[in-house]
Amino acid sequence: MPFQIKENSTVYDVCIVGSGAGGGMAAYVLSTAGLKVVVLEAGPWYDPAKNVTQLKWPWESLRRGAGTTFRPFGDFDAAYGGWEMEGEPYTKVPGTQFDWFRSRMLGGRTNHWGRISLRFGPKDFKGKSHDGLGEDWPIGYEDVAPYYDKVDDLIGVFGSKEGIPNEPDGKFLPPPKPRLHELIIKEGSKKQNIPVIPSRLSILTKKINDDRGACFYCAQCNRGCTVYGDFSSSSCLIKPATKTNNLDVIVNAMVREVLTDENGKATGVSYVAKDDLQEYQIKAKVVVLAASACESARLLLNSKSKAHPNGLANSSNVVGKYLHDSTGAAIGGVLPKLFGRKRYNEDGVGGMHVYTPWWLDNKKLDFPRGYHIEYWGGMGMPGYGFGFGIQGLNGRFPDRNGTQKTGGGYGIALKDDYRYFWGASVGMAGRGEAIALESNYCEIDPNGVVDKYGIPVLRFHYKWSDHEIKQAKHMQETFQELMHNMGAVITWGVAGPETNYGLETPGRIIHEVGTTRMGNDPKRSVVNKFNQAHDCKNLFVVDGGPFVSQADKNPTWTILALSWRASDYIIEQFKQQNI
Amino acid sequence: MKRRDSLKAIALTAISSGVLLQSCDTDKKETVATPVKSSGIDRHPFEQVRDEKLLSEKFFDEHEMNTIKVLIDIIIPKDETSGSATDAGVHHFIEFIVKDMPRHQLPLRGGIKWLDVQCLKRYNKNFADCSSQNQLAIVDEIAYPSTAKPEMKQGVTFFNLLRDLTATGFFTSEIGLKDLGYTGNKPNQWDGVPQDVLDYYGLKYSDRELNETVKFTNS
Repeated sequence: MPFQIKENSTVYDVCIVGSGAGGGMAAYVLSTAGLKVVVLEAGPWYDPAKNVTQLKWPWESLRRGAGTTFRPFGDFDAAYGGWEMEGEPYTKVPGTQFDWFRSRMLGGRTNHWGRISLRFGPKDFKGKSHDGLGEDWPIGYEDVAPYYDKVDDLIGVFGSKEGIPNEPDGKFLPPPKPRLHELIIKEGSKKQNIPVIPSRLSILTKKINDDRGACFYCAQCNRGCTVYGDFSSSSCLIKPATKTNNLDVIVNAMVREVLTDENGKATGVSYVAKDDLQEYQIKAKVVVLAASACESARLLLNSKSKAHPNGLANSSNVVGKYLHDSTGAAIGGVLPKLFGRKRYNEDGVGGMHVYTPWWLDNKKLDFPRGYHIEYWGGMGMPGYGFGFGIQGLNGRFPDRNGTQKTGGGYGIALKDDYRYFWGASVGMAGRGEAIALESNYCEIDPNGVVDKYGIPVLRFHYKWSDHEIKQAKHMQETFQELMHNMGAVITWGVAGPETNYGLETPGRIIHEVGTTRMGNDPKRSVVNKFNQAHDCKNLFVVDGGPFVSQADKNPTWTILALSWRASDYIIEQFKQQNI
Repeated sequence: MKRRDSLKAIALTAISSGVLLQSCDTDKKETVATPVKSSGIDRHPFEQVRDEKLLSEKFFDEHEMNTIKVLIDIIIPKDETSGSATDAGVHHFIEFIVKDMPRHQLPLRGGIKWLDVQCLKRYNKNFADCSSQNQLAIVDEIAYPSTAKPEMKQGVTFFNLLRDLTATGFFTSEIGLKDLGYTGNKPNQWDGVPQDVLDYYGLKYSDRELNETVKFTNS
């Protein structure tokens, strides 16, 4: 059979690459406005109402919920993907570290995330003005606020009005009550003046429309929700968008490059269909990249042409640079007062009911920017790993009868120890802002490595700076004090300078952003303040790539708001016939 | 469960794992865990192929499996509340998990061999063939990491791993979950910590928490 490229005769108004938060929102807004839209997704179709892992029992997984390379966050996790994907490598500059989590499926990584839906605050857009580091965004909170409001209304988020200046309140649904260990955390936090407030998660504690049901408190958002009671792009954006009849979704389509004409204008994309391994082309008047920060940067760098010899939208040489992920460090332990606790259903929503927003003044600290604290604990459903290391508990704490045994053991007494200690664990993790540095970047691997589709792969170069290491040190000190104040005993996570105070490897928090940053100066940024490429007016990037800085907020809510804002701009450009 | 219901349950879960077959000939409440057949949850074709391949393979030989069965019932025996590890099918779980996680294969295979050699030296028998008194005598020497003699280190490492896998296998089984008293994994309206529990710990919800949190009208 001759090898040929198959061209689709349809010319779409907009071709969107990726169906996660950014792509899903663009597809929803643009197709609802009447534009003819096609979404290309590199993975299969996914519908949590049909692809069910929710409300399954641990024994329904052969490995009792343990992770695999395909589902590293556990056998029930909704996300297809992981840190390593067969046939799709990435490389790292020796001596640097970056772990890249990819999820190839409809909805992308919104099927995995913790539904933590935080707005950036006014300071978060103007970091450089406050501490001289990094760069200010070309927009401010006031530009994004109306879109945060729209996202809150469309998708739903619970929370509480607190009036904290840099943690803007949203249009919240009521939050659930704190669980027992969360009340204990709250009590403990008062002793060191750390705020503990209701978490802000995109989970429907009340029904908001007829397409989605309300949360039924199974704690399993990470498995995908059969009634769409939480946000994922597949359920809440792509699915309703298909009802407009203006949206085509092509799944298993791995985009190779963005096509441009002799004037440098985007004309569409080429992709390899994973099902038949044939090459296809899609024509569109506008191309929107939403493949994830690093995947979109890869696409741009791989889209070289006479008009764009340095890669598309890369005359600035900034594509791939300023890559930054959240900082993260965690510790955990047990609350001895909860040993032998009374049983009741404590599942709640999928995630914490309370959290700690950043609360300190950096002028009194030795590091810039801040972090928020996430909490967990209680009587969760057992899975693989349950009971591991019992010798560390039953050798340290007396059993139900008050007997201090030698750690380990066997038999009826051991069996009762598992019951007795269950439900007493508690843990906390910081998620903080890293400074975006030009020296942290992804690039096309200079040694010519390709993936199984022949697409050149990324090489990463990432090193934490002292800013992040000092932040992790502060997390350690704070968490240790808080555990003490709660009456908890730490059993894991204490780390010192030899391991950067437990600071996670870059990429591990899966908040990587910044690779196609926005700005007013085309020499120092990739896209303008409407996510439009400086070098190519009909090309947009709406994932985390355009973030100038990450804040200590999980990026999804801001990706959604900015994608909506960019989509409104695209609609306006069509109206004005500028595109 | 009536026979017809149990057959229906089996039919419905024919492709799901770890179905508990109720004894139907008598009214005895004895449950027998069957070997894991396949997964009952959403699978990508890639996962399906891998799971089926793992299920078609056999790792432990008969002697090794017999030894595992003896050991896991020493670790988690039947008591007033629930059955033993083998009642819960933990040996099937261990057979699968070592194929899924090959890093466990050598420590378990080698550990069984180490244990057998110890028993051969002392009692001139494999561990599984020893009297239960002799079995417990050697288990006592490897079950307590902080006090075990240095020359028993290999046994301690082996027993730690087997204890971990036994606990996980047991408390993630239907028998174990019931024993533990886990009552979740079902649709409900979560309205906070029960009052008697709050009272026990001397805690209470603030007025703000009571006023501003979600309220259930039809509960």
